[in-house]
Amino acid sequence: MAEVTIEWYIALSTVLFTIGALGVLMRRNAIIIFMSIELMLNAANLAFVAFARHLGDELLGGQIFVFFVMTVAAAEVAVGLALIVAIFRSKQSINIDEVNVLKG
Amino acid sequence: MGNIFVFIPLALIALTAAVGTVTSRNAIHSALFLILNMATLAAFYVVLQAPFIAMAQVAVYAGAIMVLFLFVIMLLGAEQLEGVVARGRAQVWLALLLGIGLIVSFGAALFVADTPSANEGLLDVIDASPVAVGLRLFENYVFPFEVTSLLLLVAMIGVVVLRTYEQRK
Repeated sequence: MAEVTIEWYIALSTVLFTIGALGVLMRRNAIIIFMSIELMLNAANLAFVAFARHLGDELLGGQIFVFFVMTVAAAEVAVGLALIVAIFRSKQSINIDEVNVLKG
Repeated sequence: MGNIFVFIPLALIALTAAVGTVTSRNAIHSALFLILNMATLAAFYVVLQAPFIAMAQVAVYAGAIMVLFLFVIMLLGAEQLEGVVARGRAQVWLALLLGIGLIVSFGAALFVADTPSANEGLLDVIDASPVAVGLRLFENYVFPFEVTSLLLLVAMIGVVVLRTYEQRK
């Protein structure tokens, strides 16, 4: 029986990241694009934790870094969603094809 | 690093949820799929001996962040606001092409790279209890931690400024 190794986790993380990237490229709804970005951040987190386990790092570098990624994600979501709400109020739409002018 | 009978079902659930997130017509369904994906990743973190990260994942991501998403979706009534999926079919094909290119280059990088070998085999247990994580955070990673606090402050100020500007208008 094959042992689950680091490569399996990296492969899973890669596929999840690619699905997230495709979501960003293909969808028009700004909120779903945001969720796809979260998906990509989560894929990176999985790779971090898998490497922390793989290397048996005493300093837990991989796991600590996941915290920082989570913080960045939280800050990004707070600002991003506030922007989306502001854009929706002025344009009545969050379809990114219709939001192509910077002026409010 | 985990049992194959644990990895395969969890991986399948995670992939299905990810595909559901980017393909659902309804943004609420997307958000629920994303929560499922994050819960599955939390299960992976438990398998990878990162219990504290797993709990933080459930509380911060699946809890706080996704509640914010659902809140905004419902506030705007933005469930179905898509219209055209993409401007023309060309963009979909280009996106798929780029996606395939991305995964191929990832695969090539993984194939070429020397995966760092584990320290003296694989340690059976790494101590990642909340106590251990907290000690490492404040002993070895104090500076990034402080920068993080600055980042959160900036985000908070940004949101407040955005609101007051909008109200003045």
